[in-house]
Amino acid sequence: MAATKMPLAKALNESLRKAMEDNPKVLVMGEDVGKLGGVFRITDGLQKDFGEDRVIDTPLAESGIIGTAIGLALRGYRPVAEIQFDGFVFPAYDQIVTQLAKMHARALGKVKVPVVIRIPYAGGIGAVEHHSESPEALFAHVAGLKCVSPSNSSDAYWMMQQAIESDDPVIFFEPKRRYWDKGEVDTAAIPGPLHTARVARQGGDLTLAAYGPMVKTCLEAATAAADEGRSLEVVDLRSMSPIDFDTLQRSVEKTGRLVVVHEAPVFLGTGSEIAARITERCFYHLEAPVLRVGGFHAPYPPARLEDEYLPGLDRVLDAVDRALAY
Amino acid sequence: MTVEGTAARSTTRRSGGTGKRASAARKKKTATSATAEPELVQLLTPQGERVEHPDYAIDPTPEELRGLYRDMMLTRRFDAEATALQRQGELGLWASLLGQEAAQIGSARALHDDDYVFPTYREHGVAWVRGVDPTNLLGMFRGVNHGGWDPNSNNFHLYTIVIGSQTLHATGYAMGVAKDGADSAVVAYFGDGASSQGDVAEAFTFAAVYNAPVVFFCQNNQWAISEPAERQSRVPIYQRAAGFGFPGVRVDGNDVLACLAVTKAAVERARSGQGPMLVEAFTYRMGAHTTSDDPTKYRRDEEREAWEAKDPILRLRTLLEKEKLADKAFLDAVDEESDALAKRVRDAVRTMPNPDTMAIFEHVYADGHALVDEERAQYAEYLASFEPEEAK
Repeated sequence: MAATKMPLAKALNESLRKAMEDNPKVLVMGEDVGKLGGVFRITDGLQKDFGEDRVIDTPLAESGIIGTAIGLALRGYRPVAEIQFDGFVFPAYDQIVTQLAKMHARALGKVKVPVVIRIPYAGGIGAVEHHSESPEALFAHVAGLKCVSPSNSSDAYWMMQQAIESDDPVIFFEPKRRYWDKGEVDTAAIPGPLHTARVARQGGDLTLAAYGPMVKTCLEAATAAADEGRSLEVVDLRSMSPIDFDTLQRSVEKTGRLVVVHEAPVFLGTGSEIAARITERCFYHLEAPVLRVGGFHAPYPPARLEDEYLPGLDRVLDAVDRALAY
Repeated sequence: MTVEGTAARSTTRRSGGTGKRASAARKKKTATSATAEPELVQLLTPQGERVEHPDYAIDPTPEELRGLYRDMMLTRRFDAEATALQRQGELGLWASLLGQEAAQIGSARALHDDDYVFPTYREHGVAWVRGVDPTNLLGMFRGVNHGGWDPNSNNFHLYTIVIGSQTLHATGYAMGVAKDGADSAVVAYFGDGASSQGDVAEAFTFAAVYNAPVVFFCQNNQWAISEPAERQSRVPIYQRAAGFGFPGVRVDGNDVLACLAVTKAAVERARSGQGPMLVEAFTYRMGAHTTSDDPTKYRRDEEREAWEAKDPILRLRTLLEKEKLADKAFLDAVDEESDALAKRVRDAVRTMPNPDTMAIFEHVYADGHALVDEERAQYAEYLASFEPEEAK
């Protein structure tokens, strides 16, 4: 068997390595990705094995990283660009939104820009300002971009390679506080489609929908709720653009209740879109309004307060209680 | 095309004029202001005289000279027709290149077919030289598409509206060229206003660090809408290259021979692995920024008149006539060809079909996207709901 247990970070590293071996056009680029192997060591050892020409240490200029990645993609390469931390993506936001997202459409399909942008995102590691943000809704809102986030090692391994194979730009959100969580990776498995949601735990009373770092929290909440005699289903969305509403709809039609959980601010967030669409699709199946649990409409707080800001077991279970009380 | 000056205009200038006076004072203090004219490579004077330059020799054949004249004439005529079409309501907007023909034709004629061009949105002359059908340039200005040509069929990327973005695409593309071991070059066109953008500075950094075969061709046409070049830089733009570690040169942007020679040298340099170079073509936008603009609000007639005396086409025509390199038959033939081009463009624009409604949903993604598919289907159903009534 090809299945081995490895941390999510290692799975990403192995995935990048495999993609580079399979396709000489795949490049890795970003700040500190070469000798250091990235600040989280996701690209560890790649430059040693693939050379400076394919694992490119860049100047400290995010717009430059994405802008040149676009040019490299136009030349036929498949760049995987690392943005060091979530809060540093904004200098590149213009290139991503005005250029990368639109170029295929503007060229009426005549050019492709298969750029993957890796962003270690979200909180929970006690970092300083700008190192713990969840900007996924800002990207999912933009037509032309696809946004995904793995929640475990296996998905990290497979989704990264699928993102690189995609001819579309993919923003790949890596849940940094789960980097060190170990999980099974079957390198010989046949993975499901990149944008398909996964039912991570079966249940009948209520659906918890999450992605990235919150999947683990929701699974823990489901375990705790089971002790109280409640059967929660957990859906790992895996993709925030597009969102697999069909899988979610099936779950909600079964359970009649939905709580969406993410770290990003609730206001105008991914959960808002999910609540609206599931309400449209499942209005007659719903026993309660779709509830959302997430961050506040406030800047991400200093590290000593992030446990209050981030949805934990209690806040998830409180929402479950409220939904079940209808 | 340009509205003539009025008393009201000079009042405007006075009331908003502290910047003008202050900048004049600054000019005196600063030896190398952004708008001074030092070290300008020139091979053809405004009087139509050939002059030598120690670094940039060029010896075009009479046929090549006539070709440059034809290119500039046709481009100017095309541009004038597009401006007229905008005035007639056929185009939503037009960005005229009037006055910049030499910078564009000269630089573009220095390129090989396998070189790649990343333009901004005013490079109609460059597009012409690259073989893009001029009618294709009008689609985005008419509002039927955001591009209008296949970038790879002429190695001429789509126009880029956001200022300076394309300089990074050019640099990345050039990095790819170098990785491929190819010996082609990449040219990024941009303007004096774009030189203030962070992306251009980042493009300079990346190009220098990776020794990318890219030529940065800045058409300093003196005005970024209403902001003068001295609001973009306190040193001549070409001198900025030195700080990034590659050479910069200022060329007379109204001298097609100098633009050709200098770009040729820059492109050869890039091809031979010596890295990037910045060419600043010192020129003048004789018309408005776009047809939405009113230059009488911010610049003086005398300024335009001074630049008209340096007209890029006139000086080449003077040379051709003086040296008897073009006879009346040739000049007439170019005029006729210009008129024919204008008619072709006019007809093409007026008969340009609107895109199909469902084109909104096309090419948003290469691999498809569930939400786009869903919205496409919903909207198709909505549109179809009108059909039975119409059929009745």
